Amino acid sequence: MNFNALFSDFGGYTITGLTVGAIYALVALGYTLVYGVLRLINFAHSEVFIAGAFAAIWGWAALGLDRDSVASGFGSIMLYLLVGALIAAVASAGTATVVERVAYRPLRKRNAPPLAFLITAIGASIAIAEAFGIYTRRLPVGAPTIVKPDLVLFEVAGTEVTMVQVLVIVSALAMMVALDLFINRSRIGRGIRAVAQDQNTAALMGINKDRIILVVFIIGGVMAGVAGMLYDIRIGTLTYSVGFLLGLKAFTAAVLGGIGNLRGALVGGLLLGLVENYASALFGANWKDLVAFVVLVVLLMFRPTGLLGESLGRARA
Amino acid sequence: MTSVREWIYSGRHAVGERWHNAPRWMRWAVIAAVIVFFYALPNREFYQWLGPIPTTGSNFGQVLFTISIYVLLAVGLNIVVGFAGLLDLGYFGFFAVGAYTVAVLTSPSSDLKTLWPWLLALPVALVLTMISGVMLGTPTLRLRGDYLAIVTLGFAEMIRVAATSSEFLKGQRGFNQIPHPPGSYSDGKPIFGVLDPRPYYWLVLTLIILVVIGVRNLNRSRVGRAWISIREDEDAAQLMGVPTFKFKLWAFASGAFIGGLAGALFAGKQNFVSSQNLELLNSIIILAAVILGGSGNIVGAIVGGGLVAYMIERFRGIEFFGVELYEYRFMFFGLVLVVMMIFRPQGLIPNRRRAAEFKDRRKEVIVGG
Repeated sequence: MNFNALFSDFGGYTITGLTVGAIYALVALGYTLVYGVLRLINFAHSEVFIAGAFAAIWGWAALGLDRDSVASGFGSIMLYLLVGALIAAVASAGTATVVERVAYRPLRKRNAPPLAFLITAIGASIAIAEAFGIYTRRLPVGAPTIVKPDLVLFEVAGTEVTMVQVLVIVSALAMMVALDLFINRSRIGRGIRAVAQDQNTAALMGINKDRIILVVFIIGGVMAGVAGMLYDIRIGTLTYSVGFLLGLKAFTAAVLGGIGNLRGALVGGLLLGLVENYASALFGANWKDLVAFVVLVVLLMFRPTGLLGESLGRARA
Repeated sequence: MTSVREWIYSGRHAVGERWHNAPRWMRWAVIAAVIVFFYALPNREFYQWLGPIPTTGSNFGQVLFTISIYVLLAVGLNIVVGFAGLLDLGYFGFFAVGAYTVAVLTSPSSDLKTLWPWLLALPVALVLTMISGVMLGTPTLRLRGDYLAIVTLGFAEMIRVAATSSEFLKGQRGFNQIPHPPGSYSDGKPIFGVLDPRPYYWLVLTLIILVVIGVRNLNRSRVGRAWISIREDEDAAQLMGVPTFKFKLWAFASGAFIGGLAGALFAGKQNFVSSQNLELLNSIIILAAVILGGSGNIVGAIVGGGLVAYMIERFRGIEFFGVELYEYRFMFFGLVLVVMMIFRPQGLIPNRRRAAEFKDRRKEVIVGG
């Protein structure tokens, strides 16, 4: 174990961990929302994320930004970011809707056993990922440089914090606060909580169950789409197959915080990002991907309900 | 439309009925004929009469070996998914454990330098795979089914990462010169050589027959009844006094055993194992095979495994409107999973009981649906 590497740049690992964790948290929200309402792991959510990430890159390309172009000027950067986020959110929400309609709704109508949902979800996930893979010829696609990666915004205790990191963390937090308010304050949010508590009773009380479920998928899609755009900005290239691993880690994050619990997704995402980055410093970057699984297995052994407990329905009725 | 459907349904039903009502000797005769057919299949003198069935692009004996390995894996996964109803998404991980154990113990490029013969490494590989199945199952089988699915997926990924990154397991360079299974003809030539893939196919085919007999007996015993009760309703099974955890672990270990066997056979044939063999999607393909064939039914799993592996090999080298069909294989099997679960969750050749379970659930009332 290489403690020197960790402690010589502890601040750097922390801020990188938080940045990665913010993206995990955004994707984890999609898992947690769907799980809270349907008690179902939406395995295809990783492809919802990928769809957003690709859509943002192709959207920028349509605006004339290819992989080598560099955006400049505060106004145009903000515009590109907003447009990218919007396109990504629409694409992801659309993918999520299609998955819900094609893969899940027919099974719900037939009252299929829970494992059937998981199997169709995996099928849908593979089919979508492969479709992107075939379309991109399995090559990485480069994103334009919207925000310069080496642009240092400020320095805390000797650690440089870049613009990209601030952007990712702040926008992820803003999205989550907005979602929390929406679920806890709005009329639709109340419907979501009601369906999460008891589907049948909610339906008897006059809530349109199918519409609420669709809304849940769309919200999860919007979050994943924004996460996809932030991923493009942070990494700079995108391969069709990255969704799988990222989705698995985001799912781990959701379980870590307590699946079905919105604030838990945030805590779990940030924590997993930190743990993963510290571990990659200690054991070497090769082993980084293993950390999430070890965390998941250990967690399921000792505290399967996660740190904050599972509850979307019990959040506050 | 409906009349055509009914006609097809009644036709298939009639075949099933006729099979079940046929006298015993006739059923045995059919089974014997099928077995003889598959033993004869890799001989050129035989398969040249079969028209478009043999693959054109590659050696048909080699293709048959690949298919037989998939069939073996499908039979093994069927125990876990079909009988006990546990969704295992990382089944290929056990294949990897089997193949790597043989490689580490026998290959001269391994750090251990034990250089065991293949036959000595085989039981060690089988035991190790079973242990890995129990180790994976113990923490996770107490949890709900969906968590199990994710953790098994993680397990397969962990094995892949370990094989790629660790010095001991050699990454992409892999292990070479893994010895073949023993045995030689009367003139001193080894039976299991490099050029002729047929003996390997026959070996796997024989093992499949043995494994199927074993699995069938297991399924008809106390263990099998316990598995079915767990699949149908775990809580009820527990209340009736079935030690569910123990039997789930049993299912996991038996499935792992067969996966390890397939891995060891693969290593002995290929005499090279590296992390490139461990594509994660292989687990999904085997799952698709079991679901397509009919989970819970051994014949279904065999047909599913054979069909899926055969289609993959048949796609290879075929171009359709200028695109390579082989590229689309994973997408195709992903869609197969979706379509099958929606329209025919019981599979092509269903287990009667399992089909009845699906039918029964549909009748339950859904509020607000």
